[in-house]
Amino acid sequence: MKIHEADAKSLLVAQGLPVPPWEVARTPSQARTAAVKYLADPANATGKVVIKAQVLVGGRGKAGGVRLASTADEAEDVAAAILALEIKGLPVRRVLVGPAAEIVKEFYLSVLLDRSTKRLMFIGSAQGGVEIEQVAVENPAAIVYEHADPLLGLADYAARELAFKVGFGAHWKAGAAIAKGLLRTMLAYDADLVEINPLAVIREHGADGNLVERLVCLDAKITLDDSALARHPQLEELRDLDAEDPADVEARRYDLTFIKLEGDIGCMVNGAGLAMTTMDLVKRAGGEPANFLDIGGGAKADRVAAAMRLILEDPNVKAILVNIFGGITRGDEVAKGLIEARAQQRRAVPMVVRIVGTNAAEAAELLEAASFVTADSLDEAAAKAVAAAKGAAA
Amino acid sequence: MSILIGRDTRLVVQGITGREGEFHSRAMLEYGTLLVAGVTPGKGGQRALDGKVPVFNTVSEAVKQTAANTACIFVPAGGAPDAVLESLAAGIKTIFCITEGIPALDMIPVVEEARLAGARLIGPNCPGATSPGRAKVGIIPGSIHREGRVGVVSRSGTLTYEAVQAMTDAGIGQSTCVGIGGDPVIGTQFLDVLQLFAADTETEALVLIGEIGGSAEEDAAAWAAVRMRDVPKVAFIAGRTAPEGKRMGHAGAIISGGKGTAASKVAALEAAGFRVANSPTELPRLLREAGFKG
Repeated sequence: MKIHEADAKSLLVAQGLPVPPWEVARTPSQARTAAVKYLADPANATGKVVIKAQVLVGGRGKAGGVRLASTADEAEDVAAAILALEIKGLPVRRVLVGPAAEIVKEFYLSVLLDRSTKRLMFIGSAQGGVEIEQVAVENPAAIVYEHADPLLGLADYAARELAFKVGFGAHWKAGAAIAKGLLRTMLAYDADLVEINPLAVIREHGADGNLVERLVCLDAKITLDDSALARHPQLEELRDLDAEDPADVEARRYDLTFIKLEGDIGCMVNGAGLAMTTMDLVKRAGGEPANFLDIGGGAKADRVAAAMRLILEDPNVKAILVNIFGGITRGDEVAKGLIEARAQQRRAVPMVVRIVGTNAAEAAELLEAASFVTADSLDEAAAKAVAAAKGAAA
Repeated sequence: MSILIGRDTRLVVQGITGREGEFHSRAMLEYGTLLVAGVTPGKGGQRALDGKVPVFNTVSEAVKQTAANTACIFVPAGGAPDAVLESLAAGIKTIFCITEGIPALDMIPVVEEARLAGARLIGPNCPGATSPGRAKVGIIPGSIHREGRVGVVSRSGTLTYEAVQAMTDAGIGQSTCVGIGGDPVIGTQFLDVLQLFAADTETEALVLIGEIGGSAEEDAAAWAAVRMRDVPKVAFIAGRTAPEGKRMGHAGAIISGGKGTAASKVAALEAAGFRVANSPTELPRLLREAGFKG
């Protein structure tokens, strides 16, 4: 699950990491109030505020979702403009308002799950503020890596090594402490990515009025492990329903894995690998899958019926392909669910059903009695579904 | 011979009295697996599966009483990492963790402990393994198999069943089928299983079934290109139509930053001498084209 920058920053602050102050505003007038505060803040060396759209997609800056303002009036106008934006299809409902930083130097630092070593890995670079993927292509030598120990985490010496390798210079102590803090954040919330870009040396006015430099997390991106959300119920509240299809929410309720796609052939399959394969074969037969849908193992009739409703909610769907390889899942249960679902179906969509494995013979009898179109092989099922969709479109 | 499991497998099932555990334990027993013990804390002294299998409170007690040497875990996600540690502590060297939905970070220290103990952990979130005619551990339906000489390794469950059924229908049997699991952090990778198959005298050909995400298929391909050069090798990769940035059901099945695409895996496998199928039903034909005579 992805969470917003402002929420990610709250998690970092809770773990003791240095993050410049900010407030979240839902209206232009709230943004104005926050701007007044930060414009008057004696620490603010730029005399400006930054206003950032809170949406769960990259490229906010290019879309006009990150802007500066020098006065309260301007901040209110800018906030109004950003709150009216839609970025890559997502409405901007909240903005983050904070002092605009005077940036001395930008770094990159993240920690993520490295699958090949089965360990957590830090990625750091002195070329921050740009996409790390771009740095990896253009200047791979500018990126450094460090693995955490699977049992002990990041020892102090390893954090220091990382800090010197990244090149924090005079800020190496802060860099090492931040690296340890990122790992702490990862473990505390079961994240699979904690990314700070930029991690920046900024200049601000100290208590005595003189300019001081410090290393701070200027932006933050955290993604959480969906498998661990059950033990962090407070994090579930950070879910942004705008970033999800309403069908996703419905699918979660029935324990189905559903991903909406652009095509017109609805797919219902048991097992993730087989579901992907079914999509691939639909495409190969000349069609376009409308969704990925895994009904999971041991699905009963009611879950099958819920899956069918989800597929049919998509008005693009012109044909449905059901592909079940019964292991734990019993074919006759699926057949009963399909018969029940079709009885409640509001719109007539042709359906091709293939059920093999456990109780396939019983399923075949039920389906035949209810005159369903069936198929024996996976390739045949895909071809029939594609033909049915084309027939329905004609 | 076979790999991982065979006639000398003496199995203990952790979570044998649960709904899933009991259902699949019965199927394993019916298949002929030597299922010698079950473990459910608090139910020690009872007998499971119509009195056929003794239940113990701890794995170490089960090992002491029954000389169990292989474990299969059906414990729910919250307790499954601990169940692996319990088997490791009891000295078991082959552990299958079927449980799905375990947080990835929980598995990092567990996988490391298994490595330090010199044990082999398969999974989590895996369907287990079958050595046809000898033993099956996990949830793969026994009916799809046929005894033979092709080694099968896969990240999926039902997709593997599909592929194995196609082979069996074409008269091609298997030495061992291993499902390594679809999670991002798993104990045994494709490469590990390939090393076992390469050393198995009864395995004469290889089927690898991968999917989008990570680079385990590419790593295995690079090794096989050199070390299994003369072995007939075929593969299938699921997820050619999967969009970037979406987890396709398996926690590990995600294309991110342009990495882990089906196209890059297919290219790596073909470069390593694998014939890559467009559909699981093509696997038997490709095996024969690659020179497999079984």
